[in-house]
Amino acid sequence: MGDTMITSVPRALLTLLLSALAPLLAQANDFDYRLAPRMIANDVYALIGTTEDFSFANGGNIVNSGFIVGPSGVIVIDTGSSRRYGEQLLAAIATITDKPIALTINTHHHPDHFLGNQAFPPDTLAATPETIHGIRTEGEGFSANMYRLNGDWMLGSEVVVPAKTLAAGRIRVAGRDLEFLPLAGHTASDLVVIDHDSGTVFAADLIFNRRAPTTPHADIPRWLAALDTLEAIPAKRWVPGHGEVSEDTAPIRHTRAYLEWLADTITRGAEAGLDMTEMLAMPIPEAFADMNLAASEFRRSVTHLYPAAEQAALKR
Amino acid sequence: MIRHATLAALSLALLAGSSAGAANLQTTAGVQTIQSVSDPLDSPRWEDMRKMFFGDAPVIFDERVRVSAPRIAEDSMNVPVTVDASALGDARSVLVFADFNPIIKVLEFQATHARPSLGFRLKLQQSSPVRAAVLGSDGIWRVGGAWITATGGGCTLPSTGSSSPEWQERLNEVNGRIWSRVDGGERVRMRIIHPMDTGLAAGIPVFHIEDLALADSAGRKLIEIQTFEPVSENPSFTIDLPPEATSGGRLHVSGRDNNGNRIDAWVTP
Ligand SMILES: [Zn+2]
Repeated sequence: MGDTMITSVPRALLTLLLSALAPLLAQANDFDYRLAPRMIANDVYALIGTTEDFSFANGGNIVNSGFIVGPSGVIVIDTGSSRRYGEQLLAAIATITDKPIALTINTHHHPDHFLGNQAFPPDTLAATPETIHGIRTEGEGFSANMYRLNGDWMLGSEVVVPAKTLAAGRIRVAGRDLEFLPLAGHTASDLVVIDHDSGTVFAADLIFNRRAPTTPHADIPRWLAALDTLEAIPAKRWVPGHGEVSEDTAPIRHTRAYLEWLADTITRGAEAGLDMTEMLAMPIPEAFADMNLAASEFRRSVTHLYPAAEQAALKR
Repeated sequence: MIRHATLAALSLALLAGSSAGAANLQTTAGVQTIQSVSDPLDSPRWEDMRKMFFGDAPVIFDERVRVSAPRIAEDSMNVPVTVDASALGDARSVLVFADFNPIIKVLEFQATHARPSLGFRLKLQQSSPVRAAVLGSDGIWRVGGAWITATGGGCTLPSTGSSSPEWQERLNEVNGRIWSRVDGGERVRMRIIHPMDTGLAAGIPVFHIEDLALADSAGRKLIEIQTFEPVSENPSFTIDLPPEATSGGRLHVSGRDNNGNRIDAWVTP
């Protein structure tokens, strides 16, 4: 996922916003995400969020996380959108196993994938160098935006930058046969985690299932190349970053079809001389009618991607 | 769900000047009647705006002054807006402002031979109406507008140019292109390299383009634009020329910023 926009919200304003939400909170809830780990293979679990946008109603639980119980410890893939999510994920893991956390992975630098880091042992937090850099430089801005969107669900959440660096390769972690495959395109670094023992691919936000892809840091040609790499993996199942787990490659193909349409629409619009306001009015093809939030994500993507396409068209 | 239309068909429709699919875009205010005397956007700042820009002159809200903009600004530094007063018939001079911006006035333009419409981008400091106003020959101001929700910071954030040395070599460089419209007219799009610093970011002085003009190769002025601080960094403009203003040849862009730096470039078809 991406943030809608990076802004530095002054603390005073933030407090004001949060206090404005107070009446809602009174009747709201217990801030329980009701995370329910689902066993998708032997010793492999996924927690599937909604395919919505961030909101106070969902508390930011619009993201998938997962974990693998190895012979000597647990490998966690993404920590969710808030400190509360991280704590509740840790508690959910404890209902399955009492083994220690061996490795906690942030697949990429988007806030719904790392803002739960606080709950996990600091020396287990790991990511690629690019993702570590992204969290370090952009994390605070993302965090402020998440407070704005999710309200009090975020209270106490702070950016924790992983210290451990992950590199490409197949290694044994906690006795489990894992492979780290650093790809890119959704962001500058999207880490795919393959669990060879079960044939499960944790595909990060390179795959969105029935939820429109987000593009604030996207490089679409690289993303399409990453999808080709993913599709060639002889996997039994794919866990997307957003949307349901899949046992076939349909979500890969659907994500690719959307991204190809998006890139083509933007390039052709710029070449045809359309203004950005005209691009924003472009209809979404029926082919993506089953993709949640396609209309709003398309408009956000126009904001992200159209300026570069316009410049290319003007400089031709 | 919106029905699928091919891009080509839509582009043609747009370049033919018809209105875009309104489902994704707001266009002016959703008033029942075409005209009204009370602010359809119900902005608490409207009275101040009225006094500031129109004094005692009569003002009516008129749907024919179209303001097209996203309901939610994804990027407060670059909020796309198109104003179009061509439905009024005799509109030539258009004023654009944003009620809640720290610098309220965005731009003004005089479409001497171009259509009275302009696409541009602005910085929004917070959610605000963005309005276009046209003074008619009857002495009445006609106003259209749209609320844009923004997370803000657009006006007090420094430009990216102010922190990078690259723009200095390219200051006032113009990239532009001319397209044929199906109505026999032309569309001109251009982008000018300029930081457009508002002076509201700490330690960065105000520095923005003040005047721009587009003329044909015979020197006939097609449109003149006076831009203010809220216009986005590296401003881009979309200008439409009716068939009678279309020469088929290259067009001259001229102007200057508040430091006296000149803009002088040709846009070719
Ligand atoms: Zn993401």
